[in-house]
Amino acid sequence: MSAFSAIGENAERDRNEYTPGLEPQPTWCPGCGDFGVLKALKGAAAELGLSPEEMLVCTGIGCSGKLNSYFESYGFHTIHGRSLPVARAAKLANPGLTVVAAGGDGDGYGIGGNHFTHTARENHDMTYIVFNNEIFGLTKGQTSPTSPKGHKSKTQPHGSAKDPIRPLSLSLTAGASYIARTAAVNPNQAKDIIVEAIEHDGFSHVDFLTQCPTWNKDAKQYVPYIDINDSEDYEFDNTDRSEASEMMHETENVLHEGTVLTGRYYVDEDRPSYQQEKQRIGEIPEEPLAERYFDDDYEWERVYDTFLDKHK
Amino acid sequence: MTDDELIWRIAGGSGDGIASTSQNFAKALMRAGLHVFTHRHYPSRIRGGHTYTEVRVSSEPVKSRGDGYNFLLALGDSFARNPQENAYYGNEEVKPLSENLDELDEGGVIVYDSGLLDTDDIPNFDERVEENGWHVYDIDLRTMAREHGREVMRNTAGVAVTCAIAGIEPDVIKSLMEDSMPEKVFEPNMSVFDDAYETVLEEFDADAPDVSVPEGEHEEEQVLISGSDAIAYGALDEGCRFIAGYPMTPWTEVFTIMSQNLPEVGGISEQVEDEIAAAALAVGASHAGVKAMSGSSGGGFALMSEPLGLAEMTETPVVLVEAMRAGPSTGMPTKPEQADLEHVLYTSQGDSHRVVFAPSGAEEAYKQTRRAFQIAYEYQIPSIVLYDQKNGGEMRNVPASVFDEEPNPDLGSVISEAELADAPHDPSGKYNRFQHDVEDGVSPRSLPGQEGGRYLATGNEHMPAGHIAEDPDNRVNQVNRRMQKMEAIRADLDGDEETNTHYGPEEAEYGIMTFGSQQGTAEEAVDRLNDDGHSVKMLGVSELAPYPVEEVTEFIRSVDEVLVVEMNASAQFRGLTQKELGRFGEKLSSLLKYNGNPFEPAEIVDGFVTSIVEDGSLPGHETKFVPAASD
Ligand SMILES: Cc1ncc(C[n+]2csc(CCOP(=O)(O)OP(=O)(O)O)c2C)c(N)n1
Ligand code: SF4
Repeated sequence: MSAFSAIGENAERDRNEYTPGLEPQPTWCPGCGDFGVLKALKGAAAELGLSPEEMLVCTGIGCSGKLNSYFESYGFHTIHGRSLPVARAAKLANPGLTVVAAGGDGDGYGIGGNHFTHTARENHDMTYIVFNNEIFGLTKGQTSPTSPKGHKSKTQPHGSAKDPIRPLSLSLTAGASYIARTAAVNPNQAKDIIVEAIEHDGFSHVDFLTQCPTWNKDAKQYVPYIDINDSEDYEFDNTDRSEASEMMHETENVLHEGTVLTGRYYVDEDRPSYQQEKQRIGEIPEEPLAERYFDDDYEWERVYDTFLDKHK
Repeated sequence: MTDDELIWRIAGGSGDGIASTSQNFAKALMRAGLHVFTHRHYPSRIRGGHTYTEVRVSSEPVKSRGDGYNFLLALGDSFARNPQENAYYGNEEVKPLSENLDELDEGGVIVYDSGLLDTDDIPNFDERVEENGWHVYDIDLRTMAREHGREVMRNTAGVAVTCAIAGIEPDVIKSLMEDSMPEKVFEPNMSVFDDAYETVLEEFDADAPDVSVPEGEHEEEQVLISGSDAIAYGALDEGCRFIAGYPMTPWTEVFTIMSQNLPEVGGISEQVEDEIAAAALAVGASHAGVKAMSGSSGGGFALMSEPLGLAEMTETPVVLVEAMRAGPSTGMPTKPEQADLEHVLYTSQGDSHRVVFAPSGAEEAYKQTRRAFQIAYEYQIPSIVLYDQKNGGEMRNVPASVFDEEPNPDLGSVISEAELADAPHDPSGKYNRFQHDVEDGVSPRSLPGQEGGRYLATGNEHMPAGHIAEDPDNRVNQVNRRMQKMEAIRADLDGDEETNTHYGPEEAEYGIMTFGSQQGTAEEAVDRLNDDGHSVKMLGVSELAPYPVEEVTEFIRSVDEVLVVEMNASAQFRGLTQKELGRFGEKLSSLLKYNGNPFEPAEIVDGFVTSIVEDGSLPGHETKFVPAASD
């Protein structure tokens, strides 16, 4: 029998199931956008009917990294920038799990930028939510990779000389097969996007705009959002790479001028996930690897019988 | 070296097939009933540059490369012909000859490819031959190979010449070639072989040198195995089905062997973006319920410091392999050293702990890698297998029965769903996966997907269910529990009979202590010292953390003085011993070598005699090995 009976239960779920009983309560500042992510994730998990025990939420370090402290699933709060390698291995080891990784913009696009690029390139079947508040929150307000050029902080007193990173374009170039941007002040869209992202077979990247009222008062995160998928001004085919790229470019140019566009930027349903590719070339077993350790009938190969001939 | 031994050195350029030729040669002799041991020397270049492999052959078990050698097969350095006169690397062409003469024994044999090498390019060659009584065979192996097939077959010609001179039955080699070559290639190789073999018999006369291969017989079936093979096989038999890595010499060998074998047994191998990711992947896979490993060499292991600490704090079992090479930084990529000991013991911040094994050779590598997995999964702690470029690459014959063991898919201290129903839970509904009061400090873990097992794994200090907390009482409880595991592991390992190696007479005046790859060489030195009338025994320590305090104390107490032999410049192993024992500093002296080559037995013998027996200076001193010009 499987050791993982919670996997794939798909019962009716209530979003309260993902809320801790007593402790701990979120320690985010009042008005923090991170509450919006938590709410959207709970809504999405409930809508998908996932049991809390079949989900593994891996986070990095930062205010964002506390997401899984307040969400009742299995959780792995890793180290700064490293949620992705931990998460993708867990998914490879046990594909039955629904794996969501999350972290901040410093965490995901800065220190973890290398992992982000490669996880997207490989198109692992998982969801990555980046809390993009354009600032380092937990370490008290330093300039982050998404802060606009000229952004002043205690560590960049003359204003940042760097252009901000363009997470959507970066993600597209790197190879993510589902790319969307949503925002904490847009809860319904956020929930819907996370539902799609989790259902998507491949690497889903959600750039989640979260306001940080404590350290980033100037950010243009309070302005109204335009949903590019609804608005007639932004007609484009989000399954077309170059149209998607153009839209991303436009968004990333205007973000700091007060126009915030959200929605699904790129959706590629055809590209096989990394797991499928590995299975195709025979480098990943058919059944979940983690299950094998509990299968009493499984015959474990011995080196003596399997590999020793070539040494004789 | 004893008289009835062949130590055969095949030298040429990297890319010349030196490694595969020597491996086949060794395997053939092993099949013929002999004991074999190979030692590799290669530069950090892909093609060209001087490289050699030694194969030591004896009717008795061999534990090291030995001292010097008695048979040189010098093949041309065909890939490294240097267009510029006096370029940085000098005249590469003659290096297979010129670089190897210093260590060739008196009366030894030189076979060289006169189609590629010209002895006129080597200063005083004829005088040196005369002085040393060397027997020289100049044979145009290249032309011979070309006539029958292709130039690369000159390796076969060289092996044939060796057989003719050393009296090795040609069939021994031929049958192995038949097994390992496609027919199309096998036939021309046989013609080359026969031609070369006959040439020696016909053209070189009876003044045959005193170099021959002894007779031998094995009581049971043997396999030719490297340390890297043995680590990989230990991992596979222990149920490891996931590896993540990034190439770095010499760790790449284990990584490669695992990557080639894992798909066959339904496992997963991942080559990833860097070593931080590699170790983090191993942690992630293990967290989800698979036996997992990663590894690297010094520089890459430095990057693993973070995930290593994460594994310790989240109590996620993981096995990391560290293959040492000379450092600091990228150091000397293809040269062995034992200078990452402190790096491996102490890397990662805070009061962090790990278990460290340092196997000495292939057999121990297999057993201790398995032990490393058992300890890691039982006690939920990172285990490290520490070895180096020397024992990773050297091949030796090991009884096949060593590997005739049952696989072990047991995941260690994992709680079942049935047990979870009655297990303590937090008011939040989470399973108390990090309970305070548990036997041996081990609190069983649940696996994602198990009903009733939800918890938060975090690298922050945490409460029993994983909630992040800075509560002082909880902090002290959690630290104490994690430390308590180390004591339980120490007790567990103390019960193992075969971890550390005692060698030599039980009662002895002096001791030699060493660890890891230098152990076999030290054993040989101990034999010779005792033959010479000294009274010496050895302790090879392969359990470095937790340190076997009692066992080492007893050893040191039982002798007057101890020479600590290690391949580094800062006496790290001696330092560890003194730190752990907190005494005995006055009894320990060091013999250190760090020129990129491992000890030879004679060097340990000399070092022992000069620094312990003859030296009047205070104990506690260090003798640093002064390398010979070509060493
Ligand atoms: C290796 C390492 N470097 C630095 C830190 C300190 N640190 C903690 S959180 C953080 C920045 C977090 O910023 P971001 O990822 O944007 O997340 P936010 O707090 O804004 O949610 C840093 C630098 C750390 N924990 N680890
Ligand atoms: S510092 Fe900013 S990001 Fe962190 S909790 Fe407060 S508002 Fe949120």
